Amino acid sequence: MIKRLLPLAVFFALVGLLLFGIEWNKHHEMSEVPSPLIGKPAPEFTLPLLYDSAKSLSRKELLGAPYLLNVFGSWCPTCQDEHPILTNQIKPLGIKLVGLDWKDEPDDAKRWIAQFGNPYDVLITDRDGRAGIDFGVYMAPETFLIDAQGIVRYKRIGMFTPENIRDELLPKIAKLQQSAK
Amino acid sequence: MLPELGQFALILALLLAAVQCTLPLLGAWKNSAALIAVARPAVAGQFVFVVLAFGVLTYAFVTQDFSVAYVAQNSNLALPWYYRFSAVWGAHEGSLMLWILILNIWTLAVAALSRRLPDVLIARVLGVLGFIAFGFLLFTLLTSNPFARHLPALADGNDLNPILQDPGLIMHPPMLYTGYVGFSVAFAFAIAALLGGELDAAVVRWARPWTNVAWAFLTFGITLGSWWAYYVLGWGGWWFWDPVENASFMPWLVGTALIHSQAVTEKRGSFRAWTILLSIFAFSLSLLGTFLVRSGVLTSVHAFASDPKRGLFILAFLTVVVGGSLTLYALRAPKVAGGKPFHLLSRETLLLINNLLFACAAAMVLLGTLYPLIGDALGVGRISVGPPYFGFMFALLMLPVVLLIPFGPFFRWAAGDWRATLRALLPALALGLIAAVLAKILAPALPLRGLAGVAASLWVGIGIALYAVKRWREAAPGRRYTPEMLGMIAAHFGVALFLAGVLITEAASVESDLRFTPGETKTIGGLQFQFRGVARAQGPNYVADEGTLEVRSGSMLITTLHPQKRAYAGGGQVQSKSDIDPGLFRDLYVALGESLDEKTGAWSIRVYVKPFVRWIWLGGLMMMLGGFVAAADRRFRALPERAAEPLSATPATTKPIEARV
Repeated sequence: MIKRLLPLAVFFALVGLLLFGIEWNKHHEMSEVPSPLIGKPAPEFTLPLLYDSAKSLSRKELLGAPYLLNVFGSWCPTCQDEHPILTNQIKPLGIKLVGLDWKDEPDDAKRWIAQFGNPYDVLITDRDGRAGIDFGVYMAPETFLIDAQGIVRYKRIGMFTPENIRDELLPKIAKLQQSAK
Repeated sequence: MLPELGQFALILALLLAAVQCTLPLLGAWKNSAALIAVARPAVAGQFVFVVLAFGVLTYAFVTQDFSVAYVAQNSNLALPWYYRFSAVWGAHEGSLMLWILILNIWTLAVAALSRRLPDVLIARVLGVLGFIAFGFLLFTLLTSNPFARHLPALADGNDLNPILQDPGLIMHPPMLYTGYVGFSVAFAFAIAALLGGELDAAVVRWARPWTNVAWAFLTFGITLGSWWAYYVLGWGGWWFWDPVENASFMPWLVGTALIHSQAVTEKRGSFRAWTILLSIFAFSLSLLGTFLVRSGVLTSVHAFASDPKRGLFILAFLTVVVGGSLTLYALRAPKVAGGKPFHLLSRETLLLINNLLFACAAAMVLLGTLYPLIGDALGVGRISVGPPYFGFMFALLMLPVVLLIPFGPFFRWAAGDWRATLRALLPALALGLIAAVLAKILAPALPLRGLAGVAASLWVGIGIALYAVKRWREAAPGRRYTPEMLGMIAAHFGVALFLAGVLITEAASVESDLRFTPGETKTIGGLQFQFRGVARAQGPNYVADEGTLEVRSGSMLITTLHPQKRAYAGGGQVQSKSDIDPGLFRDLYVALGESLDEKTGAWSIRVYVKPFVRWIWLGGLMMMLGGFVAAADRRFRALPERAAEPLSATPATTKPIEARV
């Protein structure tokens, strides 16, 4: 009898382990630590402005105040869904919003902005996606919260929703403002 | 409207599954013919509604109904029509639907083809299968509804993961699922036997072809997956020991043990408890594989993973199914060893060794797969053991198997004659060793692994061929080879091809990552590769950088290869598409790396020359073929003389016994 119970005992040990695995995953929220960049300096970049490709904007020039870097493209339908949220909910927050037009034709992006409106404070282009690689972007939209010292504080993969602006983004921004005082 | 109809059909299927898993089991217990008779109609009804639901989902993909959230997430307007069908199972919800559909096809086949078996037994078998269907339908409806709406409808979808937009991936999941869901039949028979209190030979004989067919599909699915990984992922590897692959490999290993163990139980009556246990394990590992892939406990990088609710549900279901059946096993497993006695040197012993080694290999893979989790649990951090562990351990466990394979057919049941067998196998041994020596002389650079591959492959291949010759000589014309025996020969011959493929490829491949400027020629593996530059190419839903390489041997042009790097419109995802010049004795494989210098047009390009790599999949296909051929043996479908034949009775007409495995 004992010998026959052995497979069952091993199986229950296995179930215990798997249960632990689920619990572990719950406490190590996957959506919050997908980027090794969090807590680290944002990658260096110097990218041409969308509306004046002779000029460029670099990471260094953005130091001194926190900002959101929103990766989007005119080819990306989810970015289109996110667009009104950026306009109506992110822009009123008053934090600087930098748009990174990713893997896109600048003319398409300009048409897109002209059609839907411009929630961004400044727009830069990453036509060949090189900066996107440095940031570990693998889909659009993605958004990075970068503090005054140029450290990445938060990353959102996929579009913002009112819920995660309230539960995730706002607390992070509040924390940055607190530590600035 | 239609998607709601699909969901409604799923709910009806769930209710019918509930009927199928309660009334017939109750009937079998209370011996009520009326309740037992519910089983088959319930199966048919459930099948109709599952097909309807699956059809509705497929229709939503084909007509691009982006008001269905699942369709919008996994398809878009630019997706070619043929990928819209396979997009159905491109992500979590749809692959569950496929799982359920395939389970229903298996169940329907059992219900339709089992008229000759006792009704009580079939009621139990269909009841168990109904319970599994119930669990998965409930899981789908509660946590993973594929018909959930996204209103207002999106103008366009997100696109199917580009890695899945490939002909190999149209077939891979259905074959794989057909395989491991097919083990549910052997499982259901094992549970029915435990409930009924006996496992008789007629039942095992009837169950054997089902296991063989399931195993053959699984073999095919895994082979396809390996081939797909080889030409799509761009690393030229054919097996990675990642958790998802392991999830399908563990049931395969136990399934391999099971088909051998079933043969012994059917023919000799031995290993009964073992056969039942392996039947439970094979299917449990299929469920565990589903859990590992779906719950995200290991593969948090997978897109569909990381929903704790889903993980908990499958774990609970797993606990009920596996825990329940192992409890049943502990209570009801055959008490006496039973079966005919056998000598230490006999085919039974060889098959027992086979069983133990394959079961150990499965346990080894399971341990390695769960290792990161064990690391977490013990507080030492998440560590992966990776390919070195798997590769070494697997080779170690399979070495005796390879050495013993040719002995199997030669050894008789009960008592084998090892002297006569060794004499008969001497040519295989000699040829294997001579070929290894020759290979060393002809290709001095070939490492030991390659030589071992040559020797092992010939040992197994010629050993099996010698057996085929022996049968040809000794048996009367017309009854030389039964399909069962032919299947055995083919599958073991597949092992020989596979061994040659794996060991020679691993030992003798040339792999190089090189920088090419347009016009430049480099010599790799004795061939000249000339880079002609990169141009833009337009696909149906992507744009690609397409490189051109001409391959020459001396002045003769062998082939021109066009590896691509694709950027898909939908999600902006980039996917490398290698180009391969396939050959029986070597593959030329090139993959486009990164653009290194825009001014000169230089690119990094990965070039592989892989000898014998095709033999890996040829071996897999041969094993699959063996499984199907063996399952076609009419003997399995012959009418048992008596409905509940006692275990020891072997039909008198099937001599000579030693000829079968």
